[in-house]
Amino acid sequence: MNYTAASWGIKTQTHKKGTSKMVRNLDIKKLNIGLFIPCYIDQFYPQVGIATLELLQKIGLNVVYPMKQTCCGQPLANSGAEKEAIPVYQNFVRNFSEFDYIVSPSGSCVYHVRIHYDILEQADEVKKVRQNTYELCEFIIDVLGIDDLKIEYPHKVGIHQSCHGLRGLKLGRSSELVANPYSKVRKLLEKAKGIEIIRLNREDECCGFGGTFSVFEPEVSVKMGKDRVRDHQENDAEIITATDMSCLMHLEGIIRRQKWDIKVVHIAEILNSNNL
Amino acid sequence: MTGHSEKAGQFLKDEKRADWHDQTLWIVRQKRDKAAWSVSEWEGLREYASQIKDHVLSNLDDYLIQFEEKAVENGVNVHWASNAHEFNEIILHIVKANNAVKIVKSKSMLTEECGLNPFLEKNGLEVVDTDLGERIIQFRNEPPSHIVLPAIHLKKEEIGELFHEKLHTEKGASDPKYLTAAARVHLREKFLSADIAITGVNFAVADSGTVVVCTNEGNADMGVHAAPVQIHCMGIEKIIPRAEDLAVFTRLLARSATGQPITTYTSHYRKPKAGGQMHVVIVDNGRSKSLGREKYRNSLKCIRCGACMNTCPVYRSSGGHSYSYVIPGPVGSILAPGSDINKFNDLPFASSLCGSCTNVCPVKIDIHNLLYDWRQEIVERKLLPPVKMFFLKITGKVLSQSSFYNLSGKVARWALRNFPRKMVYHRINVWGWGRELPEVPKESFKQRYRKNSQKRRVRNEQR
Repeated sequence: MNYTAASWGIKTQTHKKGTSKMVRNLDIKKLNIGLFIPCYIDQFYPQVGIATLELLQKIGLNVVYPMKQTCCGQPLANSGAEKEAIPVYQNFVRNFSEFDYIVSPSGSCVYHVRIHYDILEQADEVKKVRQNTYELCEFIIDVLGIDDLKIEYPHKVGIHQSCHGLRGLKLGRSSELVANPYSKVRKLLEKAKGIEIIRLNREDECCGFGGTFSVFEPEVSVKMGKDRVRDHQENDAEIITATDMSCLMHLEGIIRRQKWDIKVVHIAEILNSNNL
Repeated sequence: MTGHSEKAGQFLKDEKRADWHDQTLWIVRQKRDKAAWSVSEWEGLREYASQIKDHVLSNLDDYLIQFEEKAVENGVNVHWASNAHEFNEIILHIVKANNAVKIVKSKSMLTEECGLNPFLEKNGLEVVDTDLGERIIQFRNEPPSHIVLPAIHLKKEEIGELFHEKLHTEKGASDPKYLTAAARVHLREKFLSADIAITGVNFAVADSGTVVVCTNEGNADMGVHAAPVQIHCMGIEKIIPRAEDLAVFTRLLARSATGQPITTYTSHYRKPKAGGQMHVVIVDNGRSKSLGREKYRNSLKCIRCGACMNTCPVYRSSGGHSYSYVIPGPVGSILAPGSDINKFNDLPFASSLCGSCTNVCPVKIDIHNLLYDWRQEIVERKLLPPVKMFFLKITGKVLSQSSFYNLSGKVARWALRNFPRKMVYHRINVWGWGRELPEVPKESFKQRYRKNSQKRRVRNEQR
């Protein structure tokens, strides 16, 4: 049996060795990249947006942040107000339709654009935006074909696998499925010098954020978050990282309330701590 | 909201107990994983099962008629009930026609759904649930908290106390073996004196008119073999075309439910015993309505394995009784609004939409998508509390225009930075009940980006 986390990251299903940017003939300098910074990152965690921007620029990409962007609309739609979100979706499409790729440091928002923008009339620009919106890690691995960012990160890190990225975008194999394990996030992290990626008791349990679930069901949400942090603590993590700052915002809120000694750091900030 | 959220809050007041509940069910999930990994073609099997169910649901009328024909040929009495009331009346009629007073019943979520026990008791009859877990909660006069493990919310010490009171076991005794033995003696008596045995149905095979019941305790068989009259109750969606399709489901069911390769007993009932009667009651009770709703028909594929409950972190942390529908957990939360969207409008929101339920489901119901869809329907019908509706409308306006959005962000951040803590963490701030808000930066990403690009422009111009 090889479904335990121990054998993670050996192979990914989609990309094998040799799929480098050279082989793919992708002239990254010619690519026009739109940077999508989700609303809560924009307002509360600008450093995550900056790390994403810097990282993409260091790789050599031409990145533009469209100034009139707001949000993907997920907070409304997950609360059931999909119809109210349509103008928000339209604003997103208006802002991003000119780009070759749209990259964002959030699996959840990307998942929302790809999957739930199906209620818009599927005009060419809508289809284009849905197809070309990528979560940061999957963009680096799947589009750019890079898996070593020359990072140095001498810390004990736990990877919290945000659900929409994991089960929605399939950034990794989720533990329920009888399939070969892989993880794109882990693939990028494990090459970091000095890093120790810790094993969790529950490799992909939800943190309990869930968007408006966090305030519709506050007690359950907080309880799930506490359990998630505790799993990292029990396994001696110094840092919890994830593709989604929303999960980390929730976990950080609990950590600070409980005065626990563990930190959250978004994956973009770790990936940006490199010598490219 | 007096719904799942509030009841879950109550459940979580005893955090230690909640941890125990969570861990107990997590162990079941782990057993399921192990069992699934023992079948290399597991994912293919799930797909196959899902397709069989799709096929059945698209041809349900034909298969039901075929089933009835075959069953009647076998000497079975087939009854049709369009709703819970008709169902209960049919059972009562059979009971009365046989001058019966003592009834034993093995597990059937359908009879829970239709409220059969209270109905029969009101009519002066004794109904004894013979599944051990079911008997425990029947003694306690409460609904099951899980569809496969109905008494999973109770600790063995509590069951010891209950049995001491009801079955006169030794005070303080909590050894599961001892308690089970006591229940066994008690239930033996009930089996031997029963006039009628009622069972649920896991699968009804159309081409042979057979009903199949899966149990671990053999209690369905005990009842059926001992009582002269047997009644099997099934929802219309329990049909499968052929016996060979059954093999697909028996391989999936117990592995998904408890991590066993197969249930201890898989009983096939086809015809009445010599001198006895066999009845099958086929119940709609809203199912054909669900079948007609294109979006939600997938929910009718459910084979009641309970895997979605065991894997659901919300279920594990909130307990089955915090869901007001007869079937708790993720699948219950998509079935409930189908039966009454007004009454159960809290349940589709009792999920973080993590999607784990969808991945464990042996018949591949996309549960988290259906939860999402029900949410849309609930808001469209204006069934959310007015405060929430208002909040959503405002948020929609703010997020659809960058100028509104920029301004609101600025104001909110200013307020969070300058208002006293007491105000920021007023009870109205639900986020703050158990969490700190993020430390608010002076500038948003957008503000910084704008400044930097202005600087760049100036620099470029100077060059």
